Amino acid sequence: MNEKTMTEEQHFSEVIAEESICTNDNLVFERTETLIDTPMHYCPGCGHGVAHRLIAEVIDELGIQDKTIGVAPVGCSVFMYNYMNIDMTEAPHGRASACATGIKRVMPDKYVFSYQGDGDLAAIGTGETIHTCNRGENILIVFINNGIYGMTGGQMAPTTLPGMKSTTTPHGRDVSIMGNPLKITELIAQLPGVYYCTRTAVNTPVNVRKAKKAIMNGFKYQELKKGLSFVEIVTNCPSNWKMTPVDSNKWMEENMLPYYPLGDLKVPKAESLPATDKGE
Amino acid sequence: MKELKLMKGNEALAEAAILAGCDGYFGYPITPQSEILEYLTQDALERTGMVVLQAESEIASINMIYGAAGTGKKVMTSSSSPGISLMQEGISYIACAELPCLLVNVVRGGPGLGTIQPSQGDYFQTVKGGGHGDYKLIALAPSTVQEMVDHVKLGFDLAFKWRNPVMILTDGALGQMMEKVQLPDQMPRSTEDPDWATVGKPKTRERNFITSLHIQPDQMQEVNLHLQRKYRAIEKEEIRFEKFECDDAEVVLVAFGLVARICQKAAQLARQKGIKVGVFRPITVYPYPYDELSKLAGQVKGFLTVEMNAGQMVEDVRLAVNGKIPVEFLGRMGGIVPTPEEILHKLEEKFVGETV
Repeated sequence: MNEKTMTEEQHFSEVIAEESICTNDNLVFERTETLIDTPMHYCPGCGHGVAHRLIAEVIDELGIQDKTIGVAPVGCSVFMYNYMNIDMTEAPHGRASACATGIKRVMPDKYVFSYQGDGDLAAIGTGETIHTCNRGENILIVFINNGIYGMTGGQMAPTTLPGMKSTTTPHGRDVSIMGNPLKITELIAQLPGVYYCTRTAVNTPVNVRKAKKAIMNGFKYQELKKGLSFVEIVTNCPSNWKMTPVDSNKWMEENMLPYYPLGDLKVPKAESLPATDKGE
Repeated sequence: MKELKLMKGNEALAEAAILAGCDGYFGYPITPQSEILEYLTQDALERTGMVVLQAESEIASINMIYGAAGTGKKVMTSSSSPGISLMQEGISYIACAELPCLLVNVVRGGPGLGTIQPSQGDYFQTVKGGGHGDYKLIALAPSTVQEMVDHVKLGFDLAFKWRNPVMILTDGALGQMMEKVQLPDQMPRSTEDPDWATVGKPKTRERNFITSLHIQPDQMQEVNLHLQRKYRAIEKEEIRFEKFECDDAEVVLVAFGLVARICQKAAQLARQKGIKVGVFRPITVYPYPYDELSKLAGQVKGFLTVEMNAGQMVEDVRLAVNGKIPVEFLGRMGGIVPTPEEILHKLEEKFVGETV
């Protein structure tokens, strides 16, 4: 430890000791209560951390920490329950929406969401996804689409782009062999049970705000018992795309977003939502 | 005495679920057990508020059970052999996460798509694992429609006592046949949440999470050791069996479920011919009554195990006997139910003529 760091540490400890600096009048930011104060295992630049935080902020702002049950998938976000200070279940691969169905059906007055990656939701769990959406289960599904299997080390996902390299498409995805990327969000938007369906991203401050609004909508529609809300978040995967975080975001904008365009796929007509205290 | 009703096994079991205060049933149609879902969709919701949902597959139903069981509610599913095979991954998760729930397997002949006729070919997948990893289901094997009823409440009680999935291992004949039954009184649905349940985290406690992922080897070993300690306790406390005329028996027929009743008839026929035969029936096939069978092996000349499979429980009988006496086997497969006469014939062939 060098002298400079020592000085900085001492400086910070002095600042924290100076309690009078933070008062109720000038407080502009608080730690998100529903997000546990612990380092995340996600790679630098990964979108999962932001997505977790948005869900946590929405839960805090709606004041529903004590009424919310989350379902984690298998994939990089399998450990989501380590970061969210709410009751959670970790589902088998692909089955998060069935698991969430079971929870919601026996506790219809609680808020239930599942959080699933592209392999979980759109490959092994396609059946559960479509039928959960088709039944119009009154839950929120948050779908993280980064076009690759992250946790297992970069294999082809159902959403891997044509020509995109992965460890199982080392020469690029050949659609004549592997078919085209599955636009599952467009597919489920057609189902009558789906009340709200939108595609967002967390690559820029504007998109982060839009993604948060979408998650907020999903929880509010659940409160109104409107049926299923589906929020896709297109994200990067710097490690398995083998890019720096900045390059991966650029690549995402240039390649992923033209194939997976951002915006609403299904919005309720003239829906009035109850106002929240803050954060709109 | 309470009123007797004539009911089909599957429907009696479904009625017993409503009466036991079951909170939710999630299932998928498959012969020969579809009557359970059909019966429950009639009026269970109106009667008790019980949730009944037809899932899109057995994989979905077991995962609905996994989610719902995690909330501490009394939930169940039912299926038949191929459907139970599909559920095995979920059952392994549920066992590892220690969630109480009731599973019903109305067994049909296999392997493969097999037949819709009765079988006991799922003994192995019930008591020897079925899914991946070291886990155990508490497994109850009813032999009458009355037990199809009684084992529902018993099953839920054991599931919550041990925080462990319980399976009722029955067969297509018991599911389809009608017998007289006495139904219990309606129990209220529970309103209390267990302290481990995922029902929403109040400020007053830490969050609850349900997982079977323990990625550090020492943690995963600890989870396994904990489960094994629980299974040893279950093996001590929960063994159930029935003996029929074993006291003076020279040969004992060992069978579970429906076949045990056929064996009783075979034993009667044998006694009419002067052969002293008894019947030993495990009611819990896990935990298995090894010690009782071992004791009995010291008193008789031999065992004849009869099953509707190629010889599955007979392996446990041989483990219990440990070579002390001969253990013979008679099995019928493909959905064929053995007759008392063929059991008697086998018994005479193996044990009569030398010294009996």
